[in-house]
Amino acid sequence: MSTTTVANHEEHHDHPTGIMRWLTTTNHKDIGTMYLTFSLVMFLVGGSMILGIRAELFKPGLQLMNPDFFNQLIGVHALIMIFAALMPAATGFANWMIPLQIGAPDMALPRLNNWGFWLLPPSAILLTLPFTLAMFGIGDGALATGWTFYPPLSVQGGIGVDFAIFAVHLLGISSVMGSINIIVTLFNMRAPGMTLMKMPMFAWGWLITAFLLVATIPVLAGAVTMLLTDRHFGTHFFDAAGGGDPIMFQHLFWFFGHPEVYILLLPVWGFIPQILQTFSRKPMYGYKAQVYSLWAIGALAVVVWAHHFFTAGMPVPALLYFMYSTMAISLPLAVLFFCWIKTMWKGSMTFETPMLFAVGWIILFGIGGLTGLVLADVAADAQYHNSYFVVAHFHYTLFAGGIMGIMAGVYYWLPKMTGNMYDEKLGKWHFWLTAISFNLTFIPQFFVGLAGMPRRIPDYALQFAEFNMISSIAAFALGLSQLLFVYVIIKCVKGGKKATDKVWEGAEGLEWTLSSPPPYHSFTEQPIIK
Amino acid sequence: SAFADYSWNFPEPVTPMALDTLHVHNKFMLITMVIFVVVLAIMIYSIFAHRKNKGYKAVADKAPSTAVEIFWVLVPFVILLLIDFVIMGIPAYHSVVMMEDTRDKATMVIKVTGSQWRWQYEYLDGDAQGIKFVSNLTTTADQQHNVADKGENYLLEVDNHLVLPVGEKVRILMTASDVLHNWWVPQFGSSRVAVPGFIRETWVQVDKAGTYRGQCKELCGKGHGYMPVVVDAVPMAEYKVWVAAKKAEIAKAGEIKEMTKEDLVAQGKAVYEKNCAVCHQVNGAGLPPAFPAMTGSKIALGPVFGADGKYLKDGHLDRLLNGKGVMPAWKSTLNDTEIAAVITYERQALGNAASVDPIIQPAQVQAARQ
Amino acid sequence: MATHSENQYFVPHGSIYPSILSVGLLSLASGFIFNMNHLAFGQWMMYLGAAIIIAMTFKWMGTVITESLTGKYKAWEDKSFRVGMIVFICSEIAFFAAFFGALFYMRVLSVPDLAGFDADITPYKDFLSTWPSAGPGGVVLGTEYAVPKFTAMGPWGLPAINTALLLTSGATITWAHWALIKNKRTQLVLGMLTTVLLGIAFLICQGLEYHHAYTELGLTLGTGAYGATFFMLTGFHGFHVTLGTIMLIVILIRCMKGHFTPEHHFGFEGVAWYWHFVDVVWLGLFIFVYWL
Ligand code: HEA
Ligand code: HEA
Ligand code: CUA
Ligand SMILES: [Cu+2]
Repeated sequence: MSTTTVANHEEHHDHPTGIMRWLTTTNHKDIGTMYLTFSLVMFLVGGSMILGIRAELFKPGLQLMNPDFFNQLIGVHALIMIFAALMPAATGFANWMIPLQIGAPDMALPRLNNWGFWLLPPSAILLTLPFTLAMFGIGDGALATGWTFYPPLSVQGGIGVDFAIFAVHLLGISSVMGSINIIVTLFNMRAPGMTLMKMPMFAWGWLITAFLLVATIPVLAGAVTMLLTDRHFGTHFFDAAGGGDPIMFQHLFWFFGHPEVYILLLPVWGFIPQILQTFSRKPMYGYKAQVYSLWAIGALAVVVWAHHFFTAGMPVPALLYFMYSTMAISLPLAVLFFCWIKTMWKGSMTFETPMLFAVGWIILFGIGGLTGLVLADVAADAQYHNSYFVVAHFHYTLFAGGIMGIMAGVYYWLPKMTGNMYDEKLGKWHFWLTAISFNLTFIPQFFVGLAGMPRRIPDYALQFAEFNMISSIAAFALGLSQLLFVYVIIKCVKGGKKATDKVWEGAEGLEWTLSSPPPYHSFTEQPIIK
Repeated sequence: SAFADYSWNFPEPVTPMALDTLHVHNKFMLITMVIFVVVLAIMIYSIFAHRKNKGYKAVADKAPSTAVEIFWVLVPFVILLLIDFVIMGIPAYHSVVMMEDTRDKATMVIKVTGSQWRWQYEYLDGDAQGIKFVSNLTTTADQQHNVADKGENYLLEVDNHLVLPVGEKVRILMTASDVLHNWWVPQFGSSRVAVPGFIRETWVQVDKAGTYRGQCKELCGKGHGYMPVVVDAVPMAEYKVWVAAKKAEIAKAGEIKEMTKEDLVAQGKAVYEKNCAVCHQVNGAGLPPAFPAMTGSKIALGPVFGADGKYLKDGHLDRLLNGKGVMPAWKSTLNDTEIAAVITYERQALGNAASVDPIIQPAQVQAARQ
Repeated sequence: MATHSENQYFVPHGSIYPSILSVGLLSLASGFIFNMNHLAFGQWMMYLGAAIIIAMTFKWMGTVITESLTGKYKAWEDKSFRVGMIVFICSEIAFFAAFFGALFYMRVLSVPDLAGFDADITPYKDFLSTWPSAGPGGVVLGTEYAVPKFTAMGPWGLPAINTALLLTSGATITWAHWALIKNKRTQLVLGMLTTVLLGIAFLICQGLEYHHAYTELGLTLGTGAYGATFFMLTGFHGFHVTLGTIMLIVILIRCMKGHFTPEHHFGFEGVAWYWHFVDVVWLGLFIFVYWL
């Protein structure tokens, strides 16, 4: 056996232990674990920040913080949640599951893989360091421009902007390296006989995400670089006096920013159908249709960016083009929704926690998506834009569509990853608490938004008071519910009822053919797919 | 305020555009609600009908023939196609065209300039031509810090309202002096980003007399939450009266006269607290490092004019007229008297007692402008 | 799909280099930030970071080379490197696309817009939409920007020479590759050597050009839209040429040491691809920045 093992160059079990194991590891499961842990921690950090915001917005008037600090919390909250919580979680699953799902010994470029992760902690430091420095009187805190970096405000801003710029650079390198690794793995490491059209849906989602990352992250890097030179080296990219244009930054930013939202969800759209088929005990409906829809979304993603600044002033043809192309994204998504539901249809369903999250996810992301469709309408967007309606929209997509999707994945794969079953009862509690408090937090924001409350304001007119109070209380409930999540995970890692290899009665796919937890080197012999 | 007078939708529209927007919005919302409910219903049914613990067996999992599959996935595709490009697409097209047509039949033009953190209005034509004023938040620090009672228009009250005649189509030129701002009155349904160095356009035609309130909608720094928009829409006759009065007032404020230190400090206090206190604080302590303190400031105590009688570069007057970095340039926002007054106030109050150039006279500011 | 003559994919031992490399980046970045904001120690953090980065890169690549020499990489691993390199170059293209995008945007949209306001409302009375343009001038966040006098960089002087240099270097590296496959080692080394020299020559010319721009043409980073795009595009390209040249030198040395076999030489090809990419970007620059 040992002659045919992939790792036949190294003695088994001579892996360093303790911290060195994690610093040096080239093992896809170790790296996946690091990504997932990092993601969870940063989720708590970003969440605690926004709880500060919700506390400030609990009632009219300035209670806790000055407006400048308020703005800093918003931007860092967003950057952390998107780049340090949601994306690493998806990459963590990719590392853990893609080799298992396609029958590969490991990721294709293990050392690069390790680097991809170890770029994240430095970026997290760069993002949060300005807060600490400010305490010692150095600089005036983190970036106060929101996560969108719009100049001239970001040109005017302090040292925090520079830190954020370089944080984005490191995060960008990390994402590109991760994407390269995943693309290579998917093209080169699939088990013999597994054609592309036999790949698990999760692999498909990630393949397209990786392409989007490679195409758009460098553009963001370029944009923030121009911002840096405008700030410190006298260029005039974003300044009319020199023939530049602040709106040009918005084009560059959203050329990345809109694809980013699909970058965040494509992996989720990948594994949710797998969860649905497992708990419906019925193969997923319309595999081909889903794959083509994912491609369509990937393609449309890069041609609709300007819907984020309809009110910045554009020629009518441009407005119409971006409106219609944006609306077009709803077509493939409608197909996906249909396939998901048709997968459940006439299955024999059970509702363990992963399935609960998956079903809840469909409904809540449905709301997020449909409100998105409405936002695409230029005329109405003049009202929605930068109002709390948008904030509600993107938390239905980012928190429900993103984080809750990830949670479904966590419960689905945790037994496979740890070898222990999690506490089903607590899991269900976590779902219901999260779902309810989430809606209580963000439904009111739709209404204050429509009523005319702008986002990114530390204090608001009295007519918005009640809804904001509800939202704030619910937000703290939502936060506390996540502590339950943390507890369930720790409990499961510590021990519990041993999980079978298949874990779930209806589970399909290679990852379920390995033991739980899988051996250190996943597939020493590549399985042959017929 | 209680839920009773709580709005669950857009506020009452008072311009053709807002009305149109409301219709588009309601229609679109209705459609999406229907989709949502229908799909949800199907899902819920399935969830209850097709569960294992009810002994429901999964249908034989032979994959459907491609033809059937294609037919089925085309159903939702076509439904959304219709909604996007016909049911919503066509009205959306018309609203966009209407929204962007700023000139046709416009009877007057005003210019709106956003700056940190106040709006400036200028009437560009008609008999109101030349009227130009700044509109500042009047909510006090005490109200914001829950010391004083907030009053009903908390954060939505300004000193000088923009006054517009009812029923006239007003073309609005939008620009900014420092960072991006966004001029937004929900009941008007029009919002445009104000971009420094560029001129963007929008239009309003207020068909109902009344006072309408909105806010800046683009993050523009620490004062972003504190630059409301307040518009009075009045009948033409009343508007004409207002124009006449305003012109007289401006003429009066414009004229230059010798002033005593006391008058200057008194008027300066008002100007300071309205314009400068946001950053430099009412007591002049500032918010270092970003916003330097007035008290003991080199500039506020140092000389203003050089030996040649011209104002010094980086002197007190220079800084006020031309600004620097985060400090805005005030030459276009404050008149000579106001600038003279606020400089004198900063030099003689807030714990300062400048010995060189102790007071500045409006005449000197006027001279400096040449 | 990889050939699975043997399904033993090489998974390297754990390595400390990546994580230390990241620390180096952190130090470099924060040092740079401190520097730009005139805070203490910036300089030293930058030096430290740079040192770490260089050291780690060489150690890392060193390991890769030994692994390659000890025959750890077979067809299967080789394919991974190839695909990886291609994707990486794609990301580089996207990065340059951002700056080309900025160039086109300013040239086609913002400059004409600024010149296009109606006479009665325009703040820029006699500003014309021309290219190259340094913008209409005006006050920006409280600081006055007076439009500088400058002359644009014409295509037919140094730039043309540079184009010639890079294109030739593209040819010579292909020659070297051919020699490698035909196992003509001397020609291989010669080809690589000329390529390196051409690369260095290009960099020197670029340096001269910048000097010329700053001292005689009054063309600087601060020269509005034109200056910004000109220096950022050519600057980042020059930076890539520098990296490319360094890599070429490493490959040259390896060639002289007798590394690489006719059938197995990804290291060589990877760098060659990168060099061609840099080449192509230059053509884009020559046409859109210098010429049109
Ligand atoms: C993962 C994140 C994510 C996702 C998936 C989406 C999805 C979409 N978004 Fe969203 N969006 C954001 C994250 C996301 N968005 C963020 C973060 C912002 C704000 C950024 C900022 O300014 O800070 C934003 C802002 C934003 C705007 C700008 C608003 C403004 O600032 O003025 C617009 C405008 O068009 C928009 C549109 C859309 C559209 C058309 C989709 C489409 O993809 C939606 C397609 C889906 C559907 C059409 C649903 C179809 C469903 C059914 C048919 C059935 C459903 C029913 C049941 C299941 C019961 N989004
Ligand atoms: C993946 C992305 C993501 C996620 C998960 C979240 C999660 C949350 N967001 Fe986030 N948010 C954004 C992305 C995200 N957000 C973006 C992009 C913006 C725009 C920023 C900008 O304008 O530039 C934004 C802005 C934003 C705003 C608007 C601020 C403003 O415009 O003024 C608000 C306001 O309510 C908000 C609330 C919340 C809440 C309550 C959660 C909750 O879901 C958080 C729940 C989690 C926790 C609470 C942490 C876990 C619990 C603990 C740490 C234990 C301690 C807890 C207690 C003691 C109770 N967010
Ligand atoms: Cu001005 Cu926000
Ligand atoms: Cu978008």
